[in-house]
Amino acid sequence: MSAGAGRKRAAVGLTIDDLRVVGVALDGKVPDAHPRDAWTDRKLHYSLVNPSNRAKFKIIVVGTGLAGAGAAAALGELGYDVDVYSFHDVPRRAHSIAAQGGINSPRARKVDNDSIDRFVKDTVKGGDYRGREQDAYRLGEEGVRVIDHMQAIGTPFAREYGGQLATRSFGGVQVSRTYYTRGQTGQQLELAAAHALSRQVAAGHCKLHARQEMLDLIVKDGRAQGIVVRDLVSGKVRAQTAHAVILCTGGYGNIYYKATLAKNSNATAIWRAYKRGAYFGNPCFVQIHPTAIPLMSTWQSKKTLMSESLRNDGRIWAPRQKGDPRDPADIPEAERFYFLEERYPAFGNLVPRDVASRNIRERIEAGYGVGPLKNAVYLDFKTGIERLGVKLIRERYSNLFDMYEELTGENPYVTPMRIAPSVHFTMGGLWTDYDQMTSIPGLFVGGEASWAYHGANRLGANSLLSGCVDGWFTLPYAVPNYLAGLLGKAPLDHDDPVVAQTIAEVEDGIERLLRNNGTHGPDHFHAKLGAIMDVYASVSRDPEGLTKAIGLIRELREEFWRDVKVVGGSDRLNQELETAGRVADYLELAELLCVDALDRDESAGAHFRTDHEVDGEAKRDDEDWCFCSAWEYPADGGKHIRNFEPLTFRAVPLQQRNYK
Amino acid sequence: MTDEKMRLILEVWRQDGPRAEGRFETHEITDATPEMSLLELLDRLNHKLVEEDVDPVAFESDCREGICGTCGLDVNGVPHGPEDNVPACGQHVRSFKSGDTVRFEPFRAKAFPVIRDLIVDRTGLDRIIQAGGTIAVDAGTAPDADTLQVTHDEAERALDFAGCIGCGACVAACPNGAAYLFTGAKLAHLALIPHGKQERAKRARSMVAQMEHEFGPCSQIGECALACPADIPLPAIAVVNRERIRAGFKRKAN
Ligand SMILES: Cc1cc2nc3c(=O)[nH]c(=O)nc-3n(C[C@H](O)[C@H](O)[C@H](O)COP(=O)(O)OP(=O)(O)OC[C@H]3O[C@@H](n4cnc5c(N)ncnc54)[C@H](O)[C@@H]3O)c2cc1C
Ligand code: SF4
Ligand code: FES
Repeated sequence: MSAGAGRKRAAVGLTIDDLRVVGVALDGKVPDAHPRDAWTDRKLHYSLVNPSNRAKFKIIVVGTGLAGAGAAAALGELGYDVDVYSFHDVPRRAHSIAAQGGINSPRARKVDNDSIDRFVKDTVKGGDYRGREQDAYRLGEEGVRVIDHMQAIGTPFAREYGGQLATRSFGGVQVSRTYYTRGQTGQQLELAAAHALSRQVAAGHCKLHARQEMLDLIVKDGRAQGIVVRDLVSGKVRAQTAHAVILCTGGYGNIYYKATLAKNSNATAIWRAYKRGAYFGNPCFVQIHPTAIPLMSTWQSKKTLMSESLRNDGRIWAPRQKGDPRDPADIPEAERFYFLEERYPAFGNLVPRDVASRNIRERIEAGYGVGPLKNAVYLDFKTGIERLGVKLIRERYSNLFDMYEELTGENPYVTPMRIAPSVHFTMGGLWTDYDQMTSIPGLFVGGEASWAYHGANRLGANSLLSGCVDGWFTLPYAVPNYLAGLLGKAPLDHDDPVVAQTIAEVEDGIERLLRNNGTHGPDHFHAKLGAIMDVYASVSRDPEGLTKAIGLIRELREEFWRDVKVVGGSDRLNQELETAGRVADYLELAELLCVDALDRDESAGAHFRTDHEVDGEAKRDDEDWCFCSAWEYPADGGKHIRNFEPLTFRAVPLQQRNYK
Repeated sequence: MTDEKMRLILEVWRQDGPRAEGRFETHEITDATPEMSLLELLDRLNHKLVEEDVDPVAFESDCREGICGTCGLDVNGVPHGPEDNVPACGQHVRSFKSGDTVRFEPFRAKAFPVIRDLIVDRTGLDRIIQAGGTIAVDAGTAPDADTLQVTHDEAERALDFAGCIGCGACVAACPNGAAYLFTGAKLAHLALIPHGKQERAKRARSMVAQMEHEFGPCSQIGECALACPADIPLPAIAVVNRERIRAGFKRKAN
């Protein structure tokens, strides 16, 4: 926790060369076969573990969201000895539960010309060619059976009147491949997954450790061999060792302070793993969702997503007149600017998220914002209701409309919603090879915590898919392949000096926070960090702003360690202490995020650099930047080290995105 | 946004641990605004307490949008707060007038021991799930979901019950501390979907037994459905008895 904190340097006038060194080219261990055949090829070469030997392998899974609950349950079903950790009181509360709109699956049953190839094309193109196409193929291929499994274990997917599964379309795609349960798809998937995990707990294959937070990774002989956790109720810090560790700890969007993520989602697990040597992939790729409820008051604790699915039947507009004071109902059609429909006739309101967000922010910043703080645009269901009737609209979105009304006191059946962009998802995450293993052997990653699949921009409904696929269908192939090589080896001895050493370091970190005796609680610094990130590292970025942000973050980090105070002790439930540790990590990760954004001298997907654009569209530089940046922690306190994995495209040839 | 500032008296339950004695503490907030949620009111209080070097009030929340079921506390004696069928994170200061007293307490139920301040242990609900609220299908073995016809209305009905957020307000609202609404919602959901039908009777027996082991009996008062933020319909409590009786007749698994 301390290494980054002491770095003292003025950032003004810094160039990227003062901040980072270029490391080595990485091998993603992608099969040589055509991307379409890569997964089949790889599975064929995976080693297996004999059923009678599986119980001899201890696996730690951190996280019980879709990825973690799935991985733990699936490995439990196979007979491995699994220990599952979550900071939540019960597994089912994980942030996945809040996902609304749906889950993609290229089952391609309709005659709208969907296929796995098209899914891959949409995913790779949507991600602006900064993810692996082989990963996308694996996701699509395994994604076909995800709906069958989730339905079987309890998700009551929406059905057509003929009894078949219903689908809807989502942004960035022209086919209908999104499966859903009203506006609460994540909830139904997460409950099903968490219940399946319960079945394994009851069966004794999985041991559940709730209200326990992972605070460090134990690495010995270059292998991940365990974790250090703090019991959030008793405050006790202890270690657990294992043959392999799987992190499914979610995204780091809350680094922006107010985002659509659940309040407790945080980056601590992946950040501490990074500091033990796991590379961090593309930290600057952050998705800003176009349709969230904007901030309305000082104490508003977060932003709330209004699902992208609403853009199927809702139309986005802003008044043509600047600062128009009229009630939306009084603004005639001719004076409404349906800017997405006009600017992008082919995709209209369904353009990808980054495009929608930039356009909305452009309207707001140009002075056309609506609402009391003039910080929103309208999402209007009038046409949708006229076309489909209130009943059908209610069936599709009732819980979203209710939620909107609960939060704003306005009825969206009558008055258009007010929406604005908000940080929502992080495409970046720990770098993994094709086998989902990080640069530390034995450390695997699934779900949003990983960099995989989504490149520089995630397509709507592809994340629930990646969580489910990683957990249920790909980690259960890849992890045993690694374990097979460890047959006959016991997990690391708890008496090993590395274990004691790692525990001691965690305890020191906690002590340091408690002893600090400053004047403000950790939340104060988090708010300040969010303000910096929001101005300089949001929907559009430029080198000058990013350089400035890096300086400000370093100052803030120093201020934090000078002035933070953590009320209460460590030997009991202490939420201030939990927050303090998370904020300390954000203050370090924020710098890396900005360095990555400054380093990546191009625009790609959600990473929009104003110095790299044509006609307001992101301009990629495939010549120089067609790779994943995999950042390595400089253990000596020196410059950030950027390794890179070159990306090649065979199935989906490189081309500029065009949604017009 | 309004500029209106409200003065509210907050009486907050403080308790150091499961066995410690609890007490109310009184605080004043002078800059509350109507659009704040009640949890944001607690955030406001905690901010003030921390600045004054006082231990903040421990309470739980996560999604803050009514779906995760993490929040849950009594407000003036009512689980979640004054508005019916709304979770604590969706309750607002606009339900009160300036000068009012708002009393925050943990959920009160025998099955939910206090962990600290407003946080209680609700894992009893998950032990009911563990007893059998699951479907025994392993990853990869499910048949094509399109070959299993589920009518549109059946899917919608299943979802009406499946929407339970597992917050425990039904238990806290019930004078007997019963978990019938929760258990009934699970049983109804699973009985309505194709694979759930397989172990229906066995599930009912084991879940009901576990429920009765930790929670109180049902006297059909109906407070639970009024508190329920997921609008689980009151007939869910009848489902518990229906499924139990059905399971009693059938000694088979389904
Ligand atoms: C409001 C909202 C709506 C969304 N809607 C959609 C949608 O419609 N479709 C879609 O595809 N995607 C959607 N997404 C994105 C999607 O929900 C997430 O990306 C996905 O659910 C992440 O799942 P996960 O399993 O990776 O992690 P999470 O669900 O975030 O789970 C993380 C788990 O890790 C645990 N954890 C974390 N750190 C630690 C630690 N240090 N120690 C112990 N435990 C830890 C937590 O307790 C939790 O169990 C949405 C996101 C938001 C914010
Ligand atoms: S039935 Fe309603 S009140 Fe009870 S746990 Fe479920 S959502 Fe909460
Ligand atoms: S915090 Fe999630 S339901 Fe209230």
